[in-house]
Order: sequence, then C-alpha cells, then structure tokens
Amino acid sequence: MSTPNLLAQTLPILRLTSRRTTGVIALHVRCYTQATAAPLPAGPSRALRTTARRSPLAVHIPKRPFSVSSAVFHGHIQPPKPGEELYVTFIDKEGAEHKFAVSKGDNLLDIAQANDLEMEGACGGSCACSTCHVIVMDQEYYDKMPEPDDDENDMLDLAFGLQETSRLGCQVVMTPELDGLRVKLPSMTRNLQSKDFN
Amino acid sequence: MVLVRFAWARPCVPWRSLNASFSVFTFRSLSTTQSIQSDSSVPAARDGRQFRLAVIGSGPAGFYTAYRAMSKIPDAKVDMYEALPVPFGLVRFGVAPDHPEVKNCQEKFEEVASSPNFTFIGNVSIGTKSDHPDGATVPLASILRHYNAVVFSYGAAKDRKLGIPGEDLKGVYSARQFVGWYNGLPEHANLAPDLTQGEEAVIIGQGNVALDVARMLLEDVDVLRKSDIAEHAIETLSKSKVKRVHIVGRRGPMQAAFTIKEIRELMRLPSVAFHPIDKSLIPPDLKSLPRAPRRLMDILLKGSPTPPSDASNQKSWSLDFLLSPTAFLSSSTDPDHLATTQFARTTLTPSPFDPNAYALPSPPSSSSTTTLPSAITFRSIGYRSTPLPEFAPLGIPFNDRWGVISNDGRGRVRHEERGADAAMAMGAFPGLYCAGWVKRGPTGVIASTMEDAFSTADAIAEDWATRATSGRVVPFLNDDRAPGEVRGWEGVRAEAFTSSSSSRGGAVEKARVVDWEGWKKIDAAERERGRRVGKEREKFTSTQDMLAVLG
Repeated sequence: MSTPNLLAQTLPILRLTSRRTTGVIALHVRCYTQATAAPLPAGPSRALRTTARRSPLAVHIPKRPFSVSSAVFHGHIQPPKPGEELYVTFIDKEGAEHKFAVSKGDNLLDIAQANDLEMEGACGGSCACSTCHVIVMDQEYYDKMPEPDDDENDMLDLAFGLQETSRLGCQVVMTPELDGLRVKLPSMTRNLQSKDFN
Repeated sequence: MVLVRFAWARPCVPWRSLNASFSVFTFRSLSTTQSIQSDSSVPAARDGRQFRLAVIGSGPAGFYTAYRAMSKIPDAKVDMYEALPVPFGLVRFGVAPDHPEVKNCQEKFEEVASSPNFTFIGNVSIGTKSDHPDGATVPLASILRHYNAVVFSYGAAKDRKLGIPGEDLKGVYSARQFVGWYNGLPEHANLAPDLTQGEEAVIIGQGNVALDVARMLLEDVDVLRKSDIAEHAIETLSKSKVKRVHIVGRRGPMQAAFTIKEIRELMRLPSVAFHPIDKSLIPPDLKSLPRAPRRLMDILLKGSPTPPSDASNQKSWSLDFLLSPTAFLSSSTDPDHLATTQFARTTLTPSPFDPNAYALPSPPSSSSTTTLPSAITFRSIGYRSTPLPEFAPLGIPFNDRWGVISNDGRGRVRHEERGADAAMAMGAFPGLYCAGWVKRGPTGVIASTMEDAFSTADAIAEDWATRATSGRVVPFLNDDRAPGEVRGWEGVRAEAFTSSSSSRGGAVEKARVVDWEGWKKIDAAERERGRRVGKEREKFTSTQDMLAVLG
C-alpha cells in the first residue's frame, strides 16, 4: 500500500487541525495502519486492559522520546470501520484542539496515548490514580455517560483542577451517543513560579 | 520523513513477540526523526555540551523527573543513583502490597530505564554511608564534579517522633518501620513486631499510612498472602491477636489527612466493623460542603455494612478524634512493655468544621485526659527528610523545620537570605534541583509526585534552554570545563577507583554496583520465587540475598 493511497484513505476521517504538520499526519496514518495490520482483541474488562498495557519493550513515538507508549504495541485501539467513525476532540494544555476518529469501545486514555497527547495513566488505566483526568466540555455529553462509580469518584476527589464535569479518561468508553465529545486536559498546577522570587 | 516513519513501523508483528534488537532499531530511528520535532525547543547541547544529569534516588520522584527531563532535553544523559541494589523507592517499599495497581507506574519507569541515555547505578549511596554493609558510598562532591546538574529526589527516610515519655517502650513502633517491614525493606526486615500481646492496637496519626497499617492488621491474611507482601509479615500477621484498632488523631474528621479511597477500603473489609463516628464533628449540612469533603463525610457517617457486635472473634476499628498523645505507660507487671497510651483531650478552634482548625488542649477537668489499652502502638505522624551530611560543608540549604531542601517551588535549590542592603534576596545554587518529598514534604499520592517531578524537570529544561530563548545563560555545574570533560558516572567511577588508597573513596571498588541488567536479574529471581508459592513476587529482604543473585 503506497503512502499517497493511505493518506487519501485516511485524511477524510481525520479532519486534522491546521496546527498539525505533515509529519504528524503521517504519525496518525501510521497508528491506524499499524493497528489494522496487527489487530489484537480489545480488552473490555479493566483487568484485561491492565495486563495488555504491560509492554515489555520500550517503544516510543518519534515526536517526543518517552512521551507515551505507542498505540502500535498496545493493540487495544481499533481503527474505526468506515461509516462507524466516532469523533472525539481533546483540548490540550495549550488550548490546541485535536480531533480523532475512533471506534466504539475505545476509552479516552487509550485514545490520548495512541495519539501522543500528554496524558500519563500512571496506574495503567486501573482507576487507581488521577493522572488521566479530563474535563468534559459540554454538560449534555457528561449526562449521556454512565455515572462514575465510587472508585472513580474517589480518585477524582484527589485530581487537580476538579470540575463538575470531570471524569477519568480510562473510565470513559466511546459509544455512538458520545460521538462529537469534546474534553479538556486540565492544566498542571504549579505551586510557585520562579518569577515570584525575583 | 514519512518514509522513515513507515520504515520503522513496518515490521507488522504483534508487540508481544518483538525482540530486543527491534527496540535498538527504534532508538536509532528516533535520532533520525528528531530533526522534525516541532516541540523540541530545547537544544540538545549548549556550547556543544551534552546535558548530564545525576538523579539521587530511584523512587517515583526520581524516575518521573528523569522521564520528563529526557523528553524535554533531547540526548540528555541521566544517571540515577540508588543506595539499595533495587529501584523504585516507595513504589516498592511504601505502596501497600494489596494495592498492586498503584505499582503499575513501574512500567513507565522500566520504559525510561531501557533508554540508552539512562544509566541505573544501584547499590551506591551518595554522601551518607550506605546503611547496609554491601553497599558503596560516593561523596556528593564527586557527583558535583562530574555533572551539569543534580536532582535530589532521595525522599524521606526517617520519621517524626512524638517526643513524649515512654516512646522507647517495647510495643511502641514507628508506622514507617512497620510499612518497610511488611514490604520487605532490608533496613527493617528484622523488626519482628509483636502482635501477640493483646487485642487492642492504637495507631497515632490519621493519614493514609495509618490506614494502611490498620488494613494490614484487620485484613484477612489469606487475602494478603496472594500479594507481594514479605513472607515474614504473613507469618507474623497470621499469629496476630489484634482485633480492635483505634486510629487516633488530634483533630476531627474535617481536618484528617486520610483520603476517601483508603477509608472506603477499610469500610469494605468483609466482616470487619467500624464503630460509628462522633457525629458532632461533622457539619450538619453536608450539601454545603465542597465535593471531596462532602463525599468523605458521607462515607464516614454511613459506616461499615458489618455492625459492631460483641462476638468474640469480630475485628473492628474506629477513628478516635480530639486526642493528643501525652505518654506511653507500662504495666506494673512488665515495666518494659507498653500497656496503655495516655491522651489529652483537645478542642478545635475556630470550629470543628473548619478544615484549618487548630487543636488546643482542653481546659483542665476531670475528663481532660483519657487512656486507651494498647498491646501495641504505632506512631504514624509523618515521614521526615534529612539533609545529606555534605549539605552543611557545601552550603546547600536545608530547612530542618519543614524537612525539605529550600527551593523555589519548582525545584530549583534556592535560599532566601538578607543581602548587604538588608533586603531579602534568593541565593541561587547553580545546577542543583530537588523533586518529590525532599522538595515539598512527605505528603501526596503518586499523581502528586508526578506533577511535582514534572515541574522540576520543566525548570531544568527551561534553565538549560535559556540561552536559546533569551540570550541569557543560567549557570550550571562545571560550566568552565571543556565539553567532553563532564563525563557523569564514568568520571565518578574513575575517581572512586583511583582514590581507593586514600581515605575518602574506594568503596565502589569493593562493593558491587548494580546496573539495570543486574536489577532485571534480581527481578526475575524474585518473580520465580513468587511463582513457586503462588504470588506475583517474593521479595528478597536482605541486600546480601539480592546481590547473591548476581553471583
């Protein structure tokens, strides 16, 4: 499969923002292509996903060394079937928007990591930390999601910049009702800036 | 560029079957693609220098700082020093064994460690003489000679004391030591806490460490048995007679340091009862509270599904508020052993519902003191960082009162001092940074340490890049040395070897330095030991046993 063909096939469903460079477009193409080439069953249960995340290898997306593990080797982000794409937009800490076409069943942590967004997932998506905290932009979408359970709420209570529509990315699974979802990554808290001292 | 990316993405094999050679290939590809990285504003080298960073301590603060610094400064070379032969600090020795999911962050740390730009230097203590006989010690001065920057992320290895009479009686333990003991920390492997002296246990302090200790005492041993808890802890806990646990605090529920997850876990323990809380300390109108305290108060009011009963075999616990410990008392029959803990009652001001309320001693009256029977008491009032011995001679500022290295909030070592014009100014310490508990004090979960470590790494990257952005140069260590002369671990090691005949070095020569491959061998041996007994891991609890794996 040649590169131009791939781009032609993939671009219409990506709707990339103007900020993205050609290199980054290629990155997305790679992610989806590779996922097509090496499909692994998506783990529906929390336990399964946690195991699947244990990558024995260090493999990095070239954009930033050590950024996040690549979707290529997680294997639990499925490329959307034509006609079944769901769209989700992440607004990063700098305010830039990143829109992705994803499949039903993908969770927001996996989507963010597969696309090299700055989201850690320190506990491997097992709902035991708050590092994949996202803020749902529209109340309407928040209300469409199954309510967070006690364990998720307990972790959210410890999250930085908690808001009424905060969720843990690892617990939000894409469904057709959530097509068009927009979420924001909370900005990091800083105690004191060096300029406070000068 | 597109072709390069496809070239490395092409081997379409499932990730499980990839071999190590592919990961090398990936790294090579990384360097070829870095030229197009749009967000790498930080130059790899300054004046042709490769950035060399020493990280002191291999806990989450050290690893997250290394990870972030390596992603922000391309080609940065990071050497991580660890006094023990094994990495991960409190992720290995602090996180409760029944919280394996919290340890998943180790996967990220392993990813960091697999970079060719990262070197793990285990079994080497900096400045402080290693607390185990097989460990090496390198002077901090030697580190300062061979790096551009140093991050102190050595955590908080001591604990605070109450300073009340009887603290040295048998039966009074430090929660930190107890945690180290059940997690297989070599330093406390021989603690041998005596849980057979009676049914009543008292834990002084109401943070999450206190709740971890309570859970270890109350949880079914057969549940713990499957975790990576140390075998000696299972033996001791299975003989425990403790049935009633008091978790005591000077203030009330609105001021307590514990978090809701740990409270919920205790409430959920099967057939373990919670004694109802003193409702007068909880605001009557929960709806007016912010979300987190509202949910916490709610769960405290609801209590446990198992009600307290008089059944002789029932285990139970309570949160006892407004009590400040005043003395540990022994019994007349055994003057060396703890029998009761004495407390003074406190009053909260401005109100029990104010999260920042102070606990003042109650006015003297017949009921202003009370005692709790205590077969065993744990002091769980916080960990404490201490300065490295060389901080004083080198003038590195340490705040003894708060137990932190003085810093600017983003991890740059700074010290406020009065200048010649009597104005307060910040004294700078070029190239020195701190992260984690030694930076901000011993509080917070791994997510807090991650954010904290990231802010330190961002400060380092900003400082290193300052020339590119503003033309100003922030000084680093060894700026006056020629590029290539700052050699990191190679330089440190050479110095330690050549000075073996002198009085100040030589320890590295005799002791075994554990690299990442060495740790992987110890790791594999521990997993194999665990497999044989149906656990994820059976830790080695002595440094000799760890090092014996390496032959």
